[in-house]
Amino acid sequence: MSDIESGNPIVETRLYGCVVSDSFGQVVLHPSRDAYITTLKQLIDDSYLLCTDLTAVDFLTFGGGEGKSLAQRELPVGIQPERFEVVLNLISLENRTRIRVRVQVPENEPVLPTAFDLFPGSEAMEREVFDMFGISFTGHPDPSRILMPEDWEGHPLRKDFAVGRIPVQFKGAPS
Amino acid sequence: MSSDLIAATAEGAQEMRSRSNLSAKEVLREVGSVLRMTESEAAALSSIDGEANEDQTMIINMGPQHPSTHGVLRIMLELQGEKVLRCKPIIGYLHTGMEKTGEQLTYMQGGTNVTRMDYVSPLNNELVFSLAVEKLLGIDGDIPERAVWMRMLLSELNRMSSHLLFLATNGMDLGSSSMMIYGWREREQVLRFFQKVTGLRMNHNFIRPGGVAADLPAGWRDDVLAILEDLPARLTEYDVLMTNQPIFRERLQGVGVITAQEAVALGASGPIMRSTGLAWDLRRDMPYLKYEEVDFDVIVGSYGDAFDRYAIRLNEIRESMKIVYQILEKMPKGNYRIQDKKVTPPPRARINESMEALIHHFKIFTEGFKVPAGEVYVAIESPRGEIGCYIVSDGSPKPYRIHVRAPSFANIQTLPHMMRNGLVADAVAVISSIDPVLGEVDR
Repeated sequence: MSDIESGNPIVETRLYGCVVSDSFGQVVLHPSRDAYITTLKQLIDDSYLLCTDLTAVDFLTFGGGEGKSLAQRELPVGIQPERFEVVLNLISLENRTRIRVRVQVPENEPVLPTAFDLFPGSEAMEREVFDMFGISFTGHPDPSRILMPEDWEGHPLRKDFAVGRIPVQFKGAPS
Repeated sequence: MSSDLIAATAEGAQEMRSRSNLSAKEVLREVGSVLRMTESEAAALSSIDGEANEDQTMIINMGPQHPSTHGVLRIMLELQGEKVLRCKPIIGYLHTGMEKTGEQLTYMQGGTNVTRMDYVSPLNNELVFSLAVEKLLGIDGDIPERAVWMRMLLSELNRMSSHLLFLATNGMDLGSSSMMIYGWREREQVLRFFQKVTGLRMNHNFIRPGGVAADLPAGWRDDVLAILEDLPARLTEYDVLMTNQPIFRERLQGVGVITAQEAVALGASGPIMRSTGLAWDLRRDMPYLKYEEVDFDVIVGSYGDAFDRYAIRLNEIRESMKIVYQILEKMPKGNYRIQDKKVTPPPRARINESMEALIHHFKIFTEGFKVPAGEVYVAIESPRGEIGCYIVSDGSPKPYRIHVRAPSFANIQTLPHMMRNGLVADAVAVISSIDPVLGEVDR
């Protein structure tokens, strides 16, 4: 991040006690799971009152599979990559800035404390993440499926959840 | 069964506390908390008889097949007499796994997928997707001027057509079927222009990474001017028919009120947020395309009620017209898409004469183009609020993860707050004033 030899100014690499990275001009915070809620509280105090988006990514097959050599995950130093990542996008209406929070959530314990008490608008979004990725949010008022039927098994946006296909049959084609 | 268990589940223990005794935090919990039943549970309850008295509450189900729920929105209402105590929107009836589908499609094909999410403003969906892909490719600064202004033109016309559809459905929900006919009629005029430009009335897949699919057809300026000249008189008609009509005002004013704090806390955006007096419009506050170079006003309300939301949308049509006039003046000549062989297929004529062009054409349409690894979030102002696109790329021609932040999905969460202590007869007016598109709520 900072490079003294090349003459670039030293950038503050920690913000709100978190490791910081940059994504196309947007500030990205990488808090640990334990520091997640305290970080959000600090952000609220710093006028990031609007939680526009909360979603997750499953990194199970990232960077290859099938013999391809694709890019590996790029995470700042000190962040242990885990299978899941919960991504929040916050806006400060006062300063007209955006900030992104990315939290690593391990596969063997896909649990995160809820942000509902801080951002009530994350209620449906957390339910969607639970529905699609199976990440539970402790303290959530209604931890249930939101988009899929209630008796659905599995979490569709996980990478090990197969895509459904209907075979196409053409008229007159030999079967 | 032990007597403790019976005591714990007896009616007394389950009784809801008086709502006046709740603290603000508990209220927030309550309105966002569990109030849902499966269809079979609800059917089993319907056979219970007994006389209703004033203390009893009733849970009824509205939708998903109710004509005024704009598609397949289902709402559970807890009623006391005619008063709505609580309500809970239940969604997912139109879920088709579009984000999962998006992971299987190349960046070339992705536009056809996202355009079907908010089917009332498809061009805005394509725009946000294209902007996100371009940012990942690092070509967001190299898009030709003409393409940028064309995108703005289409985006603003789409805002107009979307708001006209709102005026139509809002009128119909409130009992004015003539308003419905008028709204659809004006929208059709805009859609006819879209058909001339893109070939389709809806789901255009016209705005693509790198620019737009084709140049504007001959005579486009006259077509746009015809729309702009017809509309003001029609909007004045709407003012006579709806805005200034006492019955209509009575039906909307003071209904579905939401405060600015609530709107921010619930992540609402677009006309809902602006109706509370918060002047927040991404076109002005976080400009994209060339919105810095055009002059327009952000319309805000002051009461946060359904009438404000109606008036905001009506006047946003006028603002969009203002922007479109400026676009007509400033529309530059030039390329309509980037001349970058990586993302742009070769022109049709070259394929017949050049082997390389043919191979290039074949490769780009079968394999797609590779996008550097990274993650990006781009948001623009759609007619319904902030539409965002979050893409994680692993360097392959398909997005590793594509997530669309749908404005209606967040906006629908404000329903329980707007309906609290309102009348069940106003429920339709409140739903209509949110203007949800279920295609993007469920994705």
